[in-house]
Amino acid sequence: MLCGAEILVKCLEQENVEVVFCYPGGANLEILDALAKSSIRLVLVRHEQGAVHEASGYARASGRVGVCLATSGPGATNMVTGIATAVMDSVPVIAITGQVATSMVGTDAFQEVDMTGITDPITKHNYLVKNVDNLARSVKEAFYIAESGRPGPVLLDIPRDVAMAFSDVTSVSKINLRGYKPNLTGHSGQIKQVAHLLSESRRPLIIAGGGILSADCWNELLQLAETQEIPVANTLMGLGSIPLDHPLALGMMGSYGLAAPNYAVQCCDLILALGTRFNERMTCNVDRFAPHAKIIHIDVDPAEIGKNVRVDIPLVGDLKIVLNQLLSKLQPRQHPEWMAEVRDLKASPLPRPKQTCMLTQIEVLEALAKILPDQAIVTTDVGQHQMWSAQRLRHRRPRGFIVSGGLGTMGYGIPAAVGAQLACPKDPVVVITGDGSFQMGMPELGTAKEQKLPLKVLLLNNSFLGMVKQLQDCYIEGRHTAVTFTDNPEFKYLAKAYDALYLKVEEAEELPAALAKFIQHPGMVILEARVAPEENVYPMVLGGRGLDQMEF
Amino acid sequence: MRHTFAVLVENNPGVLSRVAGLFSRRGFNIESLVVGETEDKTTSRMTIVVEGDERVLEQVSKQLNKQIEVIKVNDITDDESVNRQLALIRVAADQSSRQEILQITEIFRCRIVDIGRKSLIVEATGDEIKIQAIIESLKPFGIQELVRTGKVAMVRGVK
Ligand SMILES: Cc1ncc(C[n+]2csc(CCOP(=O)(O)OP(=O)(O)O)c2C)c(N)n1
Repeated sequence: MLCGAEILVKCLEQENVEVVFCYPGGANLEILDALAKSSIRLVLVRHEQGAVHEASGYARASGRVGVCLATSGPGATNMVTGIATAVMDSVPVIAITGQVATSMVGTDAFQEVDMTGITDPITKHNYLVKNVDNLARSVKEAFYIAESGRPGPVLLDIPRDVAMAFSDVTSVSKINLRGYKPNLTGHSGQIKQVAHLLSESRRPLIIAGGGILSADCWNELLQLAETQEIPVANTLMGLGSIPLDHPLALGMMGSYGLAAPNYAVQCCDLILALGTRFNERMTCNVDRFAPHAKIIHIDVDPAEIGKNVRVDIPLVGDLKIVLNQLLSKLQPRQHPEWMAEVRDLKASPLPRPKQTCMLTQIEVLEALAKILPDQAIVTTDVGQHQMWSAQRLRHRRPRGFIVSGGLGTMGYGIPAAVGAQLACPKDPVVVITGDGSFQMGMPELGTAKEQKLPLKVLLLNNSFLGMVKQLQDCYIEGRHTAVTFTDNPEFKYLAKAYDALYLKVEEAEELPAALAKFIQHPGMVILEARVAPEENVYPMVLGGRGLDQMEF
Repeated sequence: MRHTFAVLVENNPGVLSRVAGLFSRRGFNIESLVVGETEDKTTSRMTIVVEGDERVLEQVSKQLNKQIEVIKVNDITDDESVNRQLALIRVAADQSSRQEILQITEIFRCRIVDIGRKSLIVEATGDEIKIQAIIESLKPFGIQELVRTGKVAMVRGVK
């Protein structure tokens, strides 16, 4: 006999959970107490949203499930943005919340909130565990659901009396979810058709999305691209699946994507879309998307296929399995003419900063790209700095570029880096952030300090909510409302408060030395770069335009 | 297009709200949704009538399938199936009209389940066309109250 809290912890241990990002409250006392007695590392965070982002960063860097814990009510609702961020990017996270006692559920008790109701649209699945006898099975199912098929967050809401009640059912070895059987092996008939289309295509293009990383199949991707001589465009989420220095890699496509992949999409005759969901940031105007191409869409989630674009060959399955099936059917192939065109596209220079008086984000990021170690993990926040990072870094490490893609959540970068650093303690972890996002994610520097994590925070300070300013420039005649930070805090003192080394650059000449110190410093460091406020991100595709109608 | 889905789900609390939430969230048009336990206590059957074009209907079925607690989704629109709705109709009836109403109910094989001083309650079952016809025929007498279920459906023949 164990109590619910002990059963939960035992089950977490059986799932090989190493770390739980947690925040306490009245409804999770027993769970925390049981966790304290286990071998699992407890990381006390500063805000529950941070706990979920940290679990997400941990999951994305390691490929394992990330776990976080909060109390009921406000603790639980603070998790909502984190959970929604995770579901949009298909990240396997288990969010555990305490809940008021079952006898009080439904009475508007103190700190009661209907978490399963609130998170139904933003979880892959969720559980309100009302009976301690079901707890072990629910935990086992939650992990299985979170990490299998298309990964995603699962919420376990555990009322306090359930955590305290005793049961003999302290673990389960087998589960049977008759309504959930992900289809992992590709249909052999469809695979043949794919192979056939590939053999006929003269201008094929691979679009590699985040699914390549979730399915751990960047090697298969590379093999496919190389043996078939097919160039690869990445979605934002797919960056890292092929290093940008690779001759076949075109970089990020989409509304702030590079010209080369965007043009390639518009003039190819076949798209092999792998683990991507054809979000409108990637396709821009769908009616103008890839006008000459047949589309093959391979994804583990059947509901993504045909949702946003019509496809010629749908293929459901786990990408790693399907790519191996496909590779066994293909003969090596070359496309010399197409590759010559692609090389020309790739050779065209990227947009340069418009002004030259002040240091720019582009210069800082290009300088960083030059010295960033291959094994470095980069997280970013959301805004111009995110898009420039996506465009300008080299993306040499799979699972090494961790950003909030689908939800675009400011405040993701720092906590995601905390999680990534805990998952990969030996590797350098760099946060690229703006002065707006930094101030949203900042509380988690407290977590980093306490855990002694040597995060490298590159703060690109333009004194603006730059991306929104850019939108105001484009869509409302440059009227800048509520986007200027006229009196930002002294980041130097914040660095000091968090025991971080503070570095500052204002001139391009200072970059190499400052960045070298930034990367080499053994502890936490904040490098503040004062950058030009007026620069905007290009290429950019305005709303309603097609991918080939970029502004430069 | 109007399609009928027979959906087998886990008989858990919350399934109905998950499915209903899915429909409203994704902007699918539900015409009717009926749910009840099946011969197996652990499962329920939903009969859902949805309006939408081919693409919407494909998404409806895929999104339903994606729900962990949905076990099976069948689009039975084109199958030979028995479709039934139930309606209870309170119709005004005085001495002079009673006879006529009784005749109508007999023709449609309805039952009178309650007799009041000034009204009758008619219980009607049938497919949508029949229920509509009954309502139309009773209208001239004055329908005071009407409740009806959505459609339940079962595919004919042994599968
Ligand atoms: C939580 C949240 N609130 C608002 C937004 C809208 N938004 C998108 S980018 C952006 C500005 C980000 O500014 P900053 O972090 O300074 O980066 P910059 O664009 O200047 O590089 C805002 C407000 C968002 N994405 N997330």
